[in-house]
Amino acid sequence: MRVAIDRDRCVGAGQCVMTAPDVFDQDYDGLSVLLQADPPEHLADDVDLAAQLCPAQAITVDAD
Amino acid sequence: MTQAPEQLPAFPMARETPFDPPPAYAAARDAGGLAPVRLWDGRRAWLVTGYHEVRALLSDPRISADRDRPGFPFPSSGRQALERSGRTFITMDGTDHRRLRKLFTRYFSVKRIEKLRPMVQEVVDELVTDLLAAGPPADLVPTLALEVPGRTICRVLGMPLEDRHRFQALDHERNTLTTTPERVVQATEEMLAYTDDLITKKQHEPADDLLSELVTDHLSSGAAEREELVAAVRLLITAGHETTANMIALSVATLLRHPEQLRELQADPSLVRNAVEELLRYISIFHISPTRVATEPIEIAGQRIEAGDGVITAVAGANRDSRAFPDADVFDIHREARHHVAFGYGVHQCLGQPLARVELQSVIETLFRRIPSLHLAVDGPLSVKEYAFLSLVALPVSWDDSRTSTHTPEVGQQ
Repeated sequence: MRVAIDRDRCVGAGQCVMTAPDVFDQDYDGLSVLLQADPPEHLADDVDLAAQLCPAQAITVDAD
Repeated sequence: MTQAPEQLPAFPMARETPFDPPPAYAAARDAGGLAPVRLWDGRRAWLVTGYHEVRALLSDPRISADRDRPGFPFPSSGRQALERSGRTFITMDGTDHRRLRKLFTRYFSVKRIEKLRPMVQEVVDELVTDLLAAGPPADLVPTLALEVPGRTICRVLGMPLEDRHRFQALDHERNTLTTTPERVVQATEEMLAYTDDLITKKQHEPADDLLSELVTDHLSSGAAEREELVAAVRLLITAGHETTANMIALSVATLLRHPEQLRELQADPSLVRNAVEELLRYISIFHISPTRVATEPIEIAGQRIEAGDGVITAVAGANRDSRAFPDADVFDIHREARHHVAFGYGVHQCLGQPLARVELQSVIETLFRRIPSLHLAVDGPLSVKEYAFLSLVALPVSWDDSRTSTHTPEVGQQ
């Protein structure tokens, strides 16, 4: 699975960090950054939920 | 919207019980997710209560949060005056909104707020110790619900603790739907003057607190105008105050009305996090908001919203949509509720939500652990205010004095 963040859309609500802390973090400004762009399969549900919860629709997930 | 306004239901509608949105919310949902209503000034607006429609509209670029646009819907004349005075980033769109919100996101990141958990726990423990010392009965609205966010905000920002009562009184006037426009504007100006003084004090005597940090990061550096910072700090003080307070009171009341689930929570504190998400969904204190206005025509759910139409995305209705939450009117601490829209949706979603969660988790775990026999001490139904948020007038409770824990745990202990 490939994950991408559109940082121009991110509003720093933190939903992704709460949902998938192994994949997402917040930078100095509180905006989302990826810890890994190709997370292992066992994190897929969390990553999908993070994408669904993101209020700015800034996360895209492509299945392999 | 072809019906004449006088034929439409008047908004806001009264609730039949404090715990359920007005029946008109379900009717609008059944009508496809949205339905026209009539406002205090005789104008029409769309009441949106479908989960998918609320999410779609709050993330639609053809929807504006700018209160100065013609057609913007308000629930009362007082709220119109309030929402148009002391503008902050929550009433802006596009790049203006983005620039100002981004100045504050870093202070509310999940990890930074998590570091405040021991401090919040200390506040909650102090308050429960005071409740126990005073003995039953008690009204939990002034003694706990308002005090947890009030004391937390004072400590985080570096505001003198005694100032919280002045701020709470002003905010109460502003949020009461029947307050006159003149008085609302006066209350906002008093708050802004207070905030301006506070910022001046921090400029002269910086301390280890968020206000001093904001002054250094944004005022000294020129990243924000003084007026922008004053308005935003006023927002930071109020936004996490009554919202969290009302969520605390209504959460305690909801759990006391579901004793079996409460017993499960008391037996297994690891359920608290999910229970808080369900409480946020089920209660949804944003009962008549967020509000927006369409800037272009929008076709949705078989209806056409025209440019200039007011749009009321009532998240209290969306969070009871059974298309998104099976048996949505049932309170169930075990359900998957994380996708609720209690903090809104779109670019304006609540910035302080990590702090609200920490406060709610801490209060619920601590209160029912230290006062396990807590129960409602009121015969009739609880009453709600005519208010911008869902808000209890009082929460009378009592407990068995012989079954309490007077021991205050060490700071930070979970």
